[in-house]
Amino acid sequence: MSVAMLVFFACGIVAVLGAIGLILAREPVHSALSLVLVMVALAVLYLLLGAAFIAAIQILVYAGAIMVLFIFVIMLLNAGVEVRTNLSRLARWVGVPLAILFLVEMAYAMVREYGTRTALAAGGSVAAPVTASTRALSMEIFTKFVLPFELTSILILIAILGALVLAKKDI
Amino acid sequence: MDFVTQHPVLVVSLIKIVIALFVVMTALAYLTWFERKVVARIQSRWGPYWVGPHGLLQPLADGIKFLFKEDVVPPASDKVTYLLAPFLALSLALTTLALIPIGPATIKFLGQSTQLVISHSSVALILLFAISSIGVYGVALAGWSSNSKYPLLGGLRSSAQMISYEVSLTLSVVGVLLLAGSLDFYDIVGGQSGHWGHFLPKWHVFPQFLGFICYLTAAIAETNRVPFDLPEAETELVAGFHTEYSSFKFAMFFMAEYANMITVSCLATLLFLGGWLSPFPSALTPDSPWRWQLYLPAAGLIIGGIALIIGGLRSVQWNAKAVFPILGIICIGVGYLCTWSAVMPVIQGPFWFLGKVFLLLFFYVWARGTLPRFRYDQLMAFGWKFLLPLSLINLVATGLVVVLRLHS
Repeated sequence: MSVAMLVFFACGIVAVLGAIGLILAREPVHSALSLVLVMVALAVLYLLLGAAFIAAIQILVYAGAIMVLFIFVIMLLNAGVEVRTNLSRLARWVGVPLAILFLVEMAYAMVREYGTRTALAAGGSVAAPVTASTRALSMEIFTKFVLPFELTSILILIAILGALVLAKKDI
Repeated sequence: MDFVTQHPVLVVSLIKIVIALFVVMTALAYLTWFERKVVARIQSRWGPYWVGPHGLLQPLADGIKFLFKEDVVPPASDKVTYLLAPFLALSLALTTLALIPIGPATIKFLGQSTQLVISHSSVALILLFAISSIGVYGVALAGWSSNSKYPLLGGLRSSAQMISYEVSLTLSVVGVLLLAGSLDFYDIVGGQSGHWGHFLPKWHVFPQFLGFICYLTAAIAETNRVPFDLPEAETELVAGFHTEYSSFKFAMFFMAEYANMITVSCLATLLFLGGWLSPFPSALTPDSPWRWQLYLPAAGLIIGGIALIIGGLRSVQWNAKAVFPILGIICIGVGYLCTWSAVMPVIQGPFWFLGKVFLLLFFYVWARGTLPRFRYDQLMAFGWKFLLPLSLINLVATGLVVVLRLHS
């Protein structure tokens, strides 16, 4: 097994464990920290795929800014330990079947993808992995996808204004 | 032996990590000594004096003391997070140093060529910001997990402060990125070589002076130091986020703070002060009139060595009388070594780089010795209403100039 595979499996396991911890932890700060773990593991996976810029941005924005704000708010509100209910009726009759359906669908998609990949690899027509340079990425964003990009910034601006209005009701 | 030949990159990196860790740890220890000495001089005191000649063994004594103190874990604390916080703070602060190159892209020494950096990345700058942005967790979690009033307040303050000033810090650097057009430290420093009118080096500090000022201010706030050390304002918060920490866990927070100081100084040197480039015109051609600058590291060491010998012999402390002349002779020896043709070109880059970093560190200590602390609301108002608009103006102006230059 190559080093890349080892790193991949290690990060995959860490990400899954972090996701499970996010749901099972009863202390809100522990949940938030588990989510940070998932994000860092994902960033390492991006790094393995050759997307160093995306990996760095993933950590900078999600782990370094958004989750810090989450933890900040949890600390500020001093939220206590979560109260756990047993499975409610809605969760038991709708949630559990939907979750099982989702898992089955994912498993099916993965098995099918694996089959086509091995067939392609046998035919020798799998595309070589690309190394996404920052320059190429920004060229795509600012030429081909410039409209969605600008729309996203307007959306964020609206969100900021909304937060301001909610925070200061007497303006 | 098989493993070594199969993974040359891994082995070379490991050797570099061991050397860098040793050097950085020593530097951290002596940075505390340096800070205490300089602040003492500013306040007309002597500072540490009795542990070793001129207090030179004080860091060692402090380290041993920290190791042997009782390690108190508050019973009401959240154990795992409480243990995780100092570890996060220190390990992340040290990790960022792996990305910082201290010399030119390739150096040749005894027939081997290598890079003076542990890990080279084409997006090193963003990666560095990413790693240091997770450093907030160390402080925030320390404040929360202690389960006590003052640490919680300190942790809240510092998270708010670090998030606020991180925005200005990142924006003040974007101006340099626009000029350099790259996230790679080698490209950024390479773009600063050359001179305007034969005497002014093309460092980014001159066109980006506003950005440099914004960066320095935000960097002091980012590292939680005076005048922005609100998270640990002892007059109101006892010791802020690390009130409940004792023994070596406290020392880890302390070391993390100094490691962060070194990181931001290194970054300022790379981005604004021309990294490892000499301020004088190039001396690489054999008949250049600037060739004397190649002897500067050696001259500095030899003069320092002579000063040590004279100072040691005139000292009233018996241990200084014994130790300083020996240190002086070692200094002169190393200085002589630096004139060898094999060593001289290698030593130039690190000499200028470390010299600039040292000046910035001195500036930090100087600021600590002279400035009073901000009030909390002043701090927030300054960050959001003054520093952020200033760095935005700098960014827009730089962008305008770059675009106009492209089109003319």
